[in-house]
Amino acid sequence: MTRLVIDNLNFSYDDTDAARNICLSVDKGEFVGLIGPNGSGKSTVLKNLYRALKPDSGKVSLDGDDLFFLSHKAAALKLGVVGQENDVPFDFLVEEIVAMGRSPHKKLFDIDNEHDKYIVHHALEHLGMANMAKRNYLHISGGEKQRVLIARVIAQECDFLLLDEPTNHLDISYQLQIFDFVKRLGVTALSAIHDLNMAALYCDRIFVLKAGEIVLQGKPEEVLTPENILNVYGVRCDTRIHPITGKPAITFLPSGKL
Amino acid sequence: MSKSNLPRGAFNRANPNMPVIIVLLLIIAVISLLLCVGLGPVTVTPGNVAKILLSRIPAVGSAIPRSWERLDENIVLGLRLPRVCLGLIVGASLAVTGVTMQALVRNQLADPFILGVSSGAAATATLGMLFGVFAFFGEYSLSISAFIGSAVTIIFVYTISRVRGRVNISQLLLSGVAISMIMDGVTRIITLSAPNALGLHNAAFWMSGSLAGAKWGYLTLPLAVLLICMAVLMINYRGLNLLLLGDESAGALGINAGRLQKLLVLVGSLMAGVTIAVSGTIGFVGLMVPHFTRLLVGGDHRRVLPISALLGGILVVWVDVAARMLLAPEEMPVGILTAIIGGPLFIFLLKRGSRDKKGW
Repeated sequence: MTRLVIDNLNFSYDDTDAARNICLSVDKGEFVGLIGPNGSGKSTVLKNLYRALKPDSGKVSLDGDDLFFLSHKAAALKLGVVGQENDVPFDFLVEEIVAMGRSPHKKLFDIDNEHDKYIVHHALEHLGMANMAKRNYLHISGGEKQRVLIARVIAQECDFLLLDEPTNHLDISYQLQIFDFVKRLGVTALSAIHDLNMAALYCDRIFVLKAGEIVLQGKPEEVLTPENILNVYGVRCDTRIHPITGKPAITFLPSGKL
Repeated sequence: MSKSNLPRGAFNRANPNMPVIIVLLLIIAVISLLLCVGLGPVTVTPGNVAKILLSRIPAVGSAIPRSWERLDENIVLGLRLPRVCLGLIVGASLAVTGVTMQALVRNQLADPFILGVSSGAAATATLGMLFGVFAFFGEYSLSISAFIGSAVTIIFVYTISRVRGRVNISQLLLSGVAISMIMDGVTRIITLSAPNALGLHNAAFWMSGSLAGAKWGYLTLPLAVLLICMAVLMINYRGLNLLLLGDESAGALGINAGRLQKLLVLVGSLMAGVTIAVSGTIGFVGLMVPHFTRLLVGGDHRRVLPISALLGGILVVWVDVAARMLLAPEEMPVGILTAIIGGPLFIFLLKRGSRDKKGW
């Protein structure tokens, strides 16, 4: 079943095209990756989906509904976002930040009840952060902040996640933990991913962006070939299917050697 | 700030006991009212103040023996009580305006005075007063003209300081300074070119703020506006919290950020306008009070809004007492005192902000 369909999406910042003729679809339960060099438009595409940016043209439908006609609240019940914006210049506890994920479920005069508290606690526990619930969000590390935001999107309880490089600034153990976690949730996800090996490990399908356009798409082993990577990123590498993971493993080659 | 030295008890940052805190602050507010009504060039004892006040309550009034001077009664009921009540309302409004503007620009340094909103309100209010520009609004023309000034200034400062969808803090502070200078200049020109003496409402009043000359009639509109705005803000407390995460995150969590921000501009300028129309510019209350409130109960607006209102009222009432006692029988404008207290805190926050790189 197809959940998200992007049809011919275009977006430009002032004069420069940042996303051109983007067409992609995500099926139920799939983990789809968006890769590409810096500035290729990965974030731009995602921001158009969660309405931080307004597309110049194009249609996006989620479960058959036109996404841009849904209210913010209705969209937030289906679509959870982990963006790159993670600084909060105000005094909040970790658990308060996570509890904000409950907002779309709340009516005007509702206050947080036991059920919400349970979900918040549960989400923090899943990320191994239950002991940090009462810590001040201002004073935790960047990696911890990122995990808090993942906990928040879990508390939001939606079954479609948009992730904008969710493992930036994280130690390798947390990178693996977060992707493992999203996979285990069994949700549908569309994620911008910086690290090609991570993309190879976790994505069911990959779309490659270059200068605002989708230039390649397919399974990781089809997309992540040395020729494609040279074309898109301009670096030489060697890829082979790793015997344990069964996924492509990419080794980049320094320019001096070979 | 480590976790271990958080205050315990009701004012426990991690788990504040809201009913206890609110009752405590209400009691402090009532005690402040009784004390402050008595304090001034002519002192009335708190006991007499309480008796005079009780004697005006229909049911119990007749049971109170009259043991006070006629003069005391006149001072308490005619001069001091409206002044103290106005102080409570003005303080609460300014503090809540500060909270509103901080959510709008996503920075703790926002305050109606610092962002030039007070000056804008003062300029249009003087204009309205002198030339009757807004006379067609009738009784409330002064408040409405001040509201127009504050709304225009907020929108202006906000638009200037928004760079690529984010409020740039140095642009915000600098444009606030520039606009308040322009507006203060306008106010001065208007008052200097005034054909008649403006009585109490002269340039000095607008620029340094005072609660002297408060009348019962001054209280109605600011109180009504405070209650309505407070209700609107409390209903939207989740939205206010989410705005602090940034527009994008707020949108992703189901808030129409643009619409909420417009609402905040309206609410903030309404409160700033009607408050400034009756009290002139009293600076830094909107900066100091939310800051200390957050230290006590954290950043959640469901707690910050009511606590700020109560603390703001109490603060302004006491600073006003100081204003009329320190140089007695001369009166100091209360705005000068809040500036002397609040200015250093502003500098401290500014330094801390640039050191931690948090919130910048």
